[in-house]
Amino acid sequence: MARGSIETLKEVDATGTLCPMPLIRAQDFVRSIEPGDRFALLANDPGVYQDIPAWCRMHGHEIISTAENGHVIRMVIQSAGAGSS
Amino acid sequence: MPIANAPKAIALISGGLDSMLAAKVVANQGVDVEGVNFYTGFCVEGHTHAIRRRDQAKPKRNNALWVAEQLGIKLHIVDVVEEYKDVVLNPKHGYGKNLNPCLDCKIFMVGKAMEMVGFHGNPFDFAITGEVIGQRPKSQRKETMPIIARESQANDRLLRPLCAKNLPETLPEREGWINREELFGMSGRSRKPQMELAKQFGFKDYAQPAGGCCFLTDEGYSNKLGDLWTARSKRDYELDDIVLLKVGRHIRPNPRFKMMIARDEGESRFLEGYRKAYVSLRAADRRGPLALIDGEANATDIKLAARVVARYSKQQSDGQSIVNVNYVDGTAESVSAVPFEPYEIPDAWHVGA
Ligand code: SF4
Repeated sequence: MARGSIETLKEVDATGTLCPMPLIRAQDFVRSIEPGDRFALLANDPGVYQDIPAWCRMHGHEIISTAENGHVIRMVIQSAGAGSS
Repeated sequence: MPIANAPKAIALISGGLDSMLAAKVVANQGVDVEGVNFYTGFCVEGHTHAIRRRDQAKPKRNNALWVAEQLGIKLHIVDVVEEYKDVVLNPKHGYGKNLNPCLDCKIFMVGKAMEMVGFHGNPFDFAITGEVIGQRPKSQRKETMPIIARESQANDRLLRPLCAKNLPETLPEREGWINREELFGMSGRSRKPQMELAKQFGFKDYAQPAGGCCFLTDEGYSNKLGDLWTARSKRDYELDDIVLLKVGRHIRPNPRFKMMIARDEGESRFLEGYRKAYVSLRAADRRGPLALIDGEANATDIKLAARVVARYSKQQSDGQSIVNVNYVDGTAESVSAVPFEPYEIPDAWHVGA
C-alpha cells in the first residue's frame, strides 16, 4: 500500500480542541505507528501553526504539507524514521 | 548530547524560568534529561490562540515547548485533566490564596513524572523541579520540600538543583551522578539569582509568569470556579467548564443561570463553537457579542438575558433591540428587549470581578 497516499492516510481529528490538545493527540498517535508512517492531523486552533512544527523539530518528525480549508487546518506529518523517537 | 548509560532524569517543565534553569543545571552535568509538562486544563499555556482575534496575528508560543527546544531536550506533554480533578476538588493540604492547591499539585506532578517511561524506553532515575525555598509563600517553603518528596514517593530521587545546597543530600548526589558543588543554594522571593543564572546560560526571552503557572492562582478565575460549584450545588467540573471560565464576562442575574458574554470578536467566534451545548443569544439588529447561558433559564430569565445582551451591543437611539435566541434543541426565537442601562446591572451580578 502506498505510504501516505490520500486514501490510506489515517486522520487524527483534534478539531474542537484547544492547544495543547492537538499536539497531545498527535504525540499519542505517533506511539501507535511505525517510524516513517504518515498521518494527517486535523485541528482548528491556530496555535498548531507554532506548536506542531516545534514538536516535529524536537522529535525529528516531518511536516509534509499544511493546508487550511474553512476553519480546519490539516497537517500531514511523517513520523521520525527508525532510530529516533 | 548525553553519554551512553548516563543517568536519566525527568524535569518538570512549566514554561517558566526556574524549571528551565533547573533542567539546564542537571543536563550540564552529563545527565540524560527529558522534560514533562502536565496539561491540567487550568494551564495558562494554550487556549489563548483560539480565543484571540485572527488579526492579532502572531500566535502565542507554547512556553514549555519553547523551553525544551532551547534546552535541546525532548518534552512529553501529558493530558492529566481527569486525574487532576481530585487534586483540585480534594486537596489534602488545602488551597493557597485562591483555589490553587499548589502543594497537592506538586506532589501529584512529581509522583506522575516518576511513573513515566522516557522516550528511551526506560524509567527515570530521578526527577528535577525548579523549586526554590521561600519563593512561594505556601508551597515552596522549607517544610513543604520533604512533604513533596515523601508523598510523591520520589523520596530522595527528587532533586531541586536551584536550592539543593539548602536541603539534605539526594540519591543522585550520593551516587555521584550529580556534583553537589555545582548545584545552588537559592532561597527567598528574590528573582535576581535566577536572572543572573539565566544570563550566564545565555537565556533570553524567557517567560516570567506572574503569580503562578495556572489560572487557579487568579482571584477572578477562582471566584468563577467557586460560583460554578455553588450554582450547581456540586463541586465538580468538565474540561469545557473550566475553559469557558477563561472566556468573556460572566454575569449571574440569579441562581438559576449565568451568562457568558464575549468581550470581542475573537471571543464571540470561540463561543460559537459551544452553540450546540448552550442556549445562545445575539442582537439581531445591531452589532454585538454572542452570549451563552449556563444553567436552567426560564422564559422570564431569557427576556432578562436579552436585555443584558442588548446592553453590551452597539447602542442605537430608538432604545429597543431585537435579540435572537437559539435553543439547544434547534428551535429559535426573537425577543424584543430594552437594553439595560449600565447602572441597572448590579456589581453583584458580575462573577469573579
Ligand atoms: S500554580 Fe497551579 S500548576 Fe502551579 S503548582 Fe500551583 S496549582 Fe500547580
